[in-house]
Amino acid sequence: MLNLRETWLISLGALTVAFMLVGIFFASTGNSPFEVFYTLYRGAFGSWFSWQNTLVRAAPLMLTALCTVLPARVGLIVIGGEGAVVVGGLCSTLVGLALRDMGPFTVITAMVLTGALTGGLWIAAVGALQYFRNVNETISSLLLNYIAIAILNFLVIGILKDPATLNNPSTHAIGEANMIGNIGASTIHWGLVYGVVACVGLWVICRHSVFGFAADVVGGNIRAARLAGLPVVKILLWCCFLGGAAAGLAGTLEVAAVHGRANNGLNAGYGYAGILVAFLARHNPLAVIPYAILLGGIQASGGLMQRAHNLPDATVYVIQGIIFMVILTSELFYGKFRWLHATREAKS
Amino acid sequence: MSKNNPTKLPMNRRDFIQTCAVTGLGLAGGLSSLPVSAKPKVTMGFIYVGPRDDYGYNQAHFQGKTALAKLDWAKAVDEENVPETIEVQKAMESMINLDGTQVLFPTSFGYFDPHILAMAKRYPKVTFLHCGGLWDESKHPKNVGSYFGYIDEPVYVSGIVAGHMSKSKKLGFIAAMPIPQVLRNINNFTLAARSVDPNITTTVVFTGSWSNPVKEAEAANSLIDQGIDVLTCHVDSPKVIVESAEKRGIFSCGYHTNVAALAPKGFLTGAEWNWSTVYTQYAEMIRDGKPIPNLVRGGLKENVVKVSPYGSAVTPAAKAAADAVIQSFMDGSMVVYKGPIKDNKGREVIPKGTEYAQTDIWLESMDWLVEGVIGTT
Repeated sequence: MLNLRETWLISLGALTVAFMLVGIFFASTGNSPFEVFYTLYRGAFGSWFSWQNTLVRAAPLMLTALCTVLPARVGLIVIGGEGAVVVGGLCSTLVGLALRDMGPFTVITAMVLTGALTGGLWIAAVGALQYFRNVNETISSLLLNYIAIAILNFLVIGILKDPATLNNPSTHAIGEANMIGNIGASTIHWGLVYGVVACVGLWVICRHSVFGFAADVVGGNIRAARLAGLPVVKILLWCCFLGGAAAGLAGTLEVAAVHGRANNGLNAGYGYAGILVAFLARHNPLAVIPYAILLGGIQASGGLMQRAHNLPDATVYVIQGIIFMVILTSELFYGKFRWLHATREAKS
Repeated sequence: MSKNNPTKLPMNRRDFIQTCAVTGLGLAGGLSSLPVSAKPKVTMGFIYVGPRDDYGYNQAHFQGKTALAKLDWAKAVDEENVPETIEVQKAMESMINLDGTQVLFPTSFGYFDPHILAMAKRYPKVTFLHCGGLWDESKHPKNVGSYFGYIDEPVYVSGIVAGHMSKSKKLGFIAAMPIPQVLRNINNFTLAARSVDPNITTTVVFTGSWSNPVKEAEAANSLIDQGIDVLTCHVDSPKVIVESAEKRGIFSCGYHTNVAALAPKGFLTGAEWNWSTVYTQYAEMIRDGKPIPNLVRGGLKENVVKVSPYGSAVTPAAKAAADAVIQSFMDGSMVVYKGPIKDNKGREVIPKGTEYAQTDIWLESMDWLVEGVIGTT
């Protein structure tokens, strides 16, 4: 099942096919596919500036992807990353504002913990609804996104509004001193490090811990897991919580590293883009990193493609859509190439 | 980095370090050369929060940008659908670093704080001109400016026409959010209509979002079911609202761009931006090396905004009244906010004898709705 060589070959094959289809799409717009691909490369990875652009966009995607990845380990399809980002961002802003004068270390620590806790509880609620009340987790997590955004708008337009933010209602600012800065001389904020650490950490938990193994058993067959005496409800809720915590942390970082306050900028679609990354990574936390960078790169080059080739903004969505469909289709090929399994099966 | 680039890029210590890093990575990353033009052109970058063809706010700016394409000494690049996050910062940086843009027009309100302010600090030689913001000398960098139009003037004209054309004396206004710019439009529309007939009311629905076509259509239908017979709006794109009004056989007033084509029968008039004038003026200032003013405002008189041509349904009486109002805006004699004005909770906001001229900053922090508006902020 966990044949690394097979995963690599099929993923690479799928990406090649996807980019060929994308090339046909470029040609259909009257552009030379090679020129557009070069622009894509230039905008995404062609220079240090482009790399920074890509990595800054990839950072929140890593965290929001985990919100779909972790629940998927126990067999739940959760698409509530957007809501968890908003809740995490909003709640950590409140804590940041309350502790504003306690020094940056206290403020940021408290904000990170609050973001993770509230985002985690938000998605754990989805898991609980599914387990105890049999509410479909995909639908409930989607609807919770709208509820989160509505709460944010209600508070930001209402009691939390900083009167100085006239035409862009926002909360008060947590203060320049309390913000998370950039890494060294780059323009990449520390959120990237949080993202990478979270992906690697959760990968270790998923692959090399009893909890991770138990989660896979629950995801594989929940009845078998029960018969084996696993604490199913605990594992299920913890997976939801950890996923939600990652997305909530993404919200905290949006506030602490970018906006400095909570406003409508929190629901910018990172939660939804994260779903795409999670499926591309086949719910492997470690694979989330490269796929988030790939998607970040495509988004980073979107502007240059518009400017250099007069392509519409939707080009980015077309590329993302094609890659998504081809990767999902490629799932059909797992286990179909016997020669790939020959050596492995002999061993196991 | 800027060796072969005629438009000198700003270089501070951080940029210098980055440049060194880029040169180092150049071998691995295949550093691409910056675009080089033979003659230095005035390069301007435009960023929109929505699509270029939304029949609304973004299209109005896109039309302004398109006007620059006709000038052979100017070059304009643009990017659509850029969210109000770090992505807009990166879009600005990309235009500066990869296209050599000297002046940027990030057109959405939410781009200003913190995004434009952060970039203005990092690129002190690039000019950032923001639509709708209020540049404040004491707080904001010198290379930042803001511009906006008194679009509430043509909205007032719409209100006059609506007041004349309405039979049910009930007008409808679909708005995104209760922020000052929006409230001012609602108030102007209502004050104008009530100057025609004091029994007129305006029912307001806030959708909570700049672009939510589904909610906008629902709001339009529910307002029409309540007996409203003229509908207007302040959302990013008036398309769905004007189309819904047309389908249900009522009148509509446009906003942002000319939407007459969407409602051939019921379209009355509308408030439009005229960004091509503003952008061409800015381009000329930059070409001639003139200092760029930090705060630009203008209305009908300055040709920053305009009134859409009247639709076929508009009666001669309504046209005459509207033309008279336009005339008084043009000669500067029109004062919309002249006391006594009460809000819709009965409180007197502007006492008798007090006047607020169009340019008064106080009006830019409006948080109340005038008497005759049904709805709350």
